[in-house]
Amino acid sequence: MALSLKEMVKHEDLLTGGHRACAGCTGANILRQIMLTAGPNTVMGGATGCMEVVTTIYPYTAWKNSFIHSAFENVAATISGAETAYRSLQKHGELPQAAADAERMNFIAFGGDGGTYDIGIQALSGAMERGHRMVYVCYDNGAYMNTGIQRSSATPFGAHTSTAPAGSVKQGKEQDRKDLTEILVAHNIPYVAQTTPFHWKDLATKVEKALSCGGPAFLNILMPCTVGWGFPMERGMQIAKEAVETNFWPLFEVEDGVYKINKKPKERKPIADWMKEQARFRHVFKPGNESMLEHAQQWVDQQWDLLLKRETMTNM
Amino acid sequence: MTRTVNQELTALSGNEAVAYAFKQARPHVASAFPITPQTEMMHKFADFVANGESSAEMILVESEHSAMSAAVGSAASGARTITATSSAGFALMWEIVYIAASLRLPIQMALVNRALSGNINIHCDHSDSMGGRDAGWIHHFCENAQEAYDAGLINFRIGEHMDVRLPAMVNYDGFIISHKEDALYMLDDEAAYDFVGPYKHKYTLLDPANPVTVGPLDLTDYYFEHKYSQLEAYPRVFDVAQEVFDEYADLTGRRYGFYEEYKLDDADLVMVILGSSAGTAKDVVDEYREKGVKIGLLKLRMFRPFPADQLKSVLSGRQAIAVLDRSASFGGWGGPVFTEIRSALYGTADQAPLHNWIYGLGGRDFELGHAAEVIDALQKIASGGEVPTLNLLGCRA
Amino acid sequence: MSLKRAQELPDAGIITEAGNAVDFKTGDWRTYVPQFHEENCIHCMFCWIYCPDSAIDVDTSGDKPQMKGILLDHCKGCGICATECPPAAKGKAALVMVREEK
Ligand code: SF4
Ligand code: SF4
Repeated sequence: MALSLKEMVKHEDLLTGGHRACAGCTGANILRQIMLTAGPNTVMGGATGCMEVVTTIYPYTAWKNSFIHSAFENVAATISGAETAYRSLQKHGELPQAAADAERMNFIAFGGDGGTYDIGIQALSGAMERGHRMVYVCYDNGAYMNTGIQRSSATPFGAHTSTAPAGSVKQGKEQDRKDLTEILVAHNIPYVAQTTPFHWKDLATKVEKALSCGGPAFLNILMPCTVGWGFPMERGMQIAKEAVETNFWPLFEVEDGVYKINKKPKERKPIADWMKEQARFRHVFKPGNESMLEHAQQWVDQQWDLLLKRETMTNM
Repeated sequence: MTRTVNQELTALSGNEAVAYAFKQARPHVASAFPITPQTEMMHKFADFVANGESSAEMILVESEHSAMSAAVGSAASGARTITATSSAGFALMWEIVYIAASLRLPIQMALVNRALSGNINIHCDHSDSMGGRDAGWIHHFCENAQEAYDAGLINFRIGEHMDVRLPAMVNYDGFIISHKEDALYMLDDEAAYDFVGPYKHKYTLLDPANPVTVGPLDLTDYYFEHKYSQLEAYPRVFDVAQEVFDEYADLTGRRYGFYEEYKLDDADLVMVILGSSAGTAKDVVDEYREKGVKIGLLKLRMFRPFPADQLKSVLSGRQAIAVLDRSASFGGWGGPVFTEIRSALYGTADQAPLHNWIYGLGGRDFELGHAAEVIDALQKIASGGEVPTLNLLGCRA
Repeated sequence: MSLKRAQELPDAGIITEAGNAVDFKTGDWRTYVPQFHEENCIHCMFCWIYCPDSAIDVDTSGDKPQMKGILLDHCKGCGICATECPPAAKGKAALVMVREEK
């Protein structure tokens, strides 16, 4: 696949403008980028959440391909049903002509970290284990943004959210993030990867690999949220870029169990640089909270170390 | 037109009988999660698939919530889709049970009736089905394996009819019907499929030439109108169902309706009941008939949509009516069947007094003596005696 | 758009006009608008790939895609395009956010 913007720009935009995402929403951009690669022969399922809401407010839909939403916690199960129907109808020779003619029908489910890390993890785990040929995409903005910025198990340590706020006694989220990507790796599925919308080439490559791996695949995509994280709306892509440069969000993929880190920063930037730009971490920089910052850095370093070891181990 | 076909007399459990009916309809997709007493039905169906007797693709999900969710995804993709559950499994599906009906997806379900927790109990009552009675499905109740088999086939025709497009469930009593070996007539596979016919979808996610958005955010400006068009579908079920019942009677000689009348023509006293207990009740009706008591039985088969108009005419002009509920409405005034019938009959000119008996919770046996107790009470009511409106039957209290 | 009656709507609340959100104008959400300085544009398509609102107008008919300007019906004025536009770093910005006169 010729992966240049010169080529990609010829692809049809399947997520139209006119959706109701906030100005500067990197989530809408993630979906748009996914669809540029996936193409029109795609059944997309959305978990209840920002992206489902803003793209399908009746009587409008921003989707030019088929789309289904049913509930918050079940998008993986819903799309596994669609994928199974496809296989069955294909076997019985009863597919609609356009689907029968398609070289490949894609099945993609997406959810935010709420719909994926938390309420939807059971359905996700089940669908991955069953081996459906589908891609699950998590747009991870590290909180339940749709319902008003409540903490999730993806919220980073220390972040202020509306249910774990920074106050005079408590200082934001007290736990570290859950490592969902690693949980998905443990499902022994053919393809698992992390990326961001800033890294458009990486993203497009990973979407194509996920769609063509022949089985279930999982993509965890960092989605900087201007409203929930508290940064100016033009900064979303830069925040995504810096998340990679600080090792907060390494770009890596796991193909048939083999790790590959796609980008190793020559010089790791301190996590504080990244946190400083976001209002959700403002209190962390107050005198007396130095240990929080230390912990945040330690955690990032430790996770990166682990990732390096996993890469070494699986490439021996 | 009479178009009878060869039917074989077989001995099967209710679970097996419904598994056969579902297999004969040649579904594309089956998604389910095991729960007692539904398990055997699922095993039987899995055997069909394993032996090549069914070409369905099975989705062996990790929960009932996902079973219904996968069924929704499958049906929205234009596939004939079946599932089965019981009790807590149905309760776990609940959220998606509503969605299946709202999206007008004619999914077929076997609901093997079992008590809801707590405490946990694996035996029959109707609290599972009744809890979902307003979710928008067609609810068929059955007395035995024969009826469960027949309703299993009939439901495809009703639910998938283009004027209806609603999911349908065949309810049969856990263990009492599901596990009891019973003699029944079955159609051969060809005849059954000829009756059910090939599946047609109204919309599908799997047509890139006609992409659709299913399940959008529906706010104050349109949600109500969408509910209107859903509400409109239910009255249409009656005409469609009547046609299907007639056709099935021509084919098999077994005539079904929204209810069955047993010795009801000249009955002054009426017992209304659902499910397997009707068999026991009929025996007791016979006994009292021999003694000259004009008692009859109305066995309700279709609870949703509720055949209010039909019941109004058949229950008018009686002296006393007892409605038996195999589920309680906690904090409500009477069981679900009772309140529904009472509401339907309200305002009819010669309305008989209606009384309610809750029985059989958690699989408590419905005994001959229980039916007799009800008939005795009906006689007392008819002769002006005082009987409480709400009663329990067979409970040590 | 006038509101339709129940009978005029497809069953089940589905939407059969795929992509009809283009008819919904989000342009009036803007406070700032990207001003396009064509002379500085290198037609790299970064603005196009990063725009969350498919609001970059591109001519793909030739050999090399040409950035043509902003689709004002949908542009929400977030400024991502201007932030990511490479020539800005060399002091020759091709996209500049300016307060929109209304
Ligand atoms: S990013 Fe800037 S230089 Fe590149 S195409 Fe857009 S306007 Fe032109
Ligand atoms: S300002 Fe934002 S919405 Fe407008 S064109 Fe630029 S990136 Fe797109």
